[in-house]
Amino acid sequence: MKHILLKKLAAVVLCLAMLSNLVSCGKGTKEKEKNQIIVFNYGDYIERDVLEQFEAETGIKVIYEEFLTPEAMYTKYKNGTVKYDLICCSEYMLDKMIKDGEAREIDTSTMEHAKNIGDRFWQIARNFDTENKYIVPYFWGTVGILYNTSMVDFVPDSWNVLWDSRFKNNIIMQNSVRDSFIPPLVLDGQSINTTDEKVLRKALGRLQEQKELVQSYLVDEVRDDMANEQAALAVIYSGEASLAHEYNEDLEYVVPDEGSNLWMDSWIIPKNGSNYDGAVKFLDFLCREDIAQQNFEYVYYSTPNEAVLNNIDEEEKEEDSAIFPEEDVLGRCEIFTYLGTEAEELYNRLWKELKVY
Amino acid sequence: MGKLNSRLLAGPYIIWMALFTVIPLCLVVYNAFTNTGGTFTLENVASIFDPVNSKPLWLSFKMSLVVTAVCFLLSFPLAMVLWKYSKNKNSLIVMVFILPMWMNFMLRTLAWRLILLNNGFLNHALVLAGLNPVYLMNTKAAIILGTAYDYFPFMLLPIYNALVKIDKDIINAAKDLGATGFVILKRIILPLSLPGIVSGITMVFVPSISEFVIADMLGGGKVYLIGNVIEQAFNSGYADIHLGSGLSLSLMGIIVISMLVYRFFDKGEEGSGIW
Repeated sequence: MKHILLKKLAAVVLCLAMLSNLVSCGKGTKEKEKNQIIVFNYGDYIERDVLEQFEAETGIKVIYEEFLTPEAMYTKYKNGTVKYDLICCSEYMLDKMIKDGEAREIDTSTMEHAKNIGDRFWQIARNFDTENKYIVPYFWGTVGILYNTSMVDFVPDSWNVLWDSRFKNNIIMQNSVRDSFIPPLVLDGQSINTTDEKVLRKALGRLQEQKELVQSYLVDEVRDDMANEQAALAVIYSGEASLAHEYNEDLEYVVPDEGSNLWMDSWIIPKNGSNYDGAVKFLDFLCREDIAQQNFEYVYYSTPNEAVLNNIDEEEKEEDSAIFPEEDVLGRCEIFTYLGTEAEELYNRLWKELKVY
Repeated sequence: MGKLNSRLLAGPYIIWMALFTVIPLCLVVYNAFTNTGGTFTLENVASIFDPVNSKPLWLSFKMSLVVTAVCFLLSFPLAMVLWKYSKNKNSLIVMVFILPMWMNFMLRTLAWRLILLNNGFLNHALVLAGLNPVYLMNTKAAIILGTAYDYFPFMLLPIYNALVKIDKDIINAAKDLGATGFVILKRIILPLSLPGIVSGITMVFVPSISEFVIADMLGGGKVYLIGNVIEQAFNSGYADIHLGSGLSLSLMGIIVISMLVYRFFDKGEEGSGIW
């Protein structure tokens, strides 16, 4: 039965590949290329009305495509059948693309609304885009602990709580290599971008020791399992935490005092895109106050757009600390950078050693 | 003309097989014996002996043995019951057991997740009945349960088919000659249904050894099988298709060898198809 499933899957993939071929053949003429942009983004990560509004205002047609994981995006981008004009992705993948020379410089001085993006976010972007030449921030967030106030009677503001035996079988960890290494590395006072094997081995030891306390390692199900009160504590992304709180009022989010990871999804213009001007226009449009506002209300992740932030009243900000973290949170969080193949291999190896432990 | 016609008729399937079985298999073999630079290496195939890969393999092997045993112990008595009480192969009672197969297996596994969760249906029912809740979710037991449930029909149907073929006169004759129920089971029914049992064991053991989706869904990422290792090699942030292909090839080799050994002990027996 599984064989048939796999075969069907392969057929679907092949059909899709053919289809995308057809699409890219259809738009062969120069004239058409001028009047359209091809945008590639995470699934469900934009207010669709905004696209129509852009088309109506500028006459530039938006061909909008979605992907599930940065790796899937990169594979499709590298494949080269579709010449994307704009890609939105996680910082470590963009870092890799910049390092590989895949990015085209964006002249933000021609963008009327780029100044809406707060200075502190340009500063964060400098961690991988050192001269602020290649990327424009889109949404950001943190990694922290989601806890159920009916099961945890204190604020778990330290990663140490994940090693507390009182919560045996009540902890959910992220099922991804680098995210799960955040707590032990931060507790050891190390950078979450370390490639030092000794440091990483020590962190692995902590994770192996923790394994018997962990209920499960999940990705997509973390939010729902927490909302269903399956566990007391979970490592989670801030955007997911805010949604989980909407489902279950008992759930609160905290970024541990020791520090954590800060992520920032941003836009990049690949060097083989065919409509640079259109792409910059679209980016500028996304930064515009009213559009950014609409988009923020739909996506509801932390926005780097200060114009939008200024419009939100203090009460709302206080209520949702996952989406509107306090100033000092930014200071104690570190952004992921691309570590290179060798380090990736090491991380992968350590991850397997944790899984078979 | 007739010959040409039948060749043409086979055409679509040959194309299908070439595209989705032969070419992928060639790619797996090619990738297994090369590294990212494209040079020949045995490293990927040999990496099955690395503890981080051999441990999950051994665990998969043990778990699919248990799954096969569970399936057999459930199927054989049930097949006997079905054989005794159903008038023909397409009776309603047989249908009931095939019915779950009409549903996508992901949905069925997802349903098990909802049942087994710490505060899922099972524990609600147990607590209502005044019993202690059980924590099955994210354990090996949950994966064995889910896998056995999924592959159960693949054991049941071949055995049932083999039983249906047994001439009832033989059994009546045995009874006339004074054989007890146990002797009939041991000397007549078991040997005659052996082809079905062999085919059932093959059809459960082989696919379940490379199972990874059920392990993901019911194991909470805590149980790491060889299927998960291979899946991770292809799908994770750091993808290594050469390692994944090498491990797949080794796994294929191990399955083929164990099947050969297995067939050796069942010489002369022909597997009976499921339908």
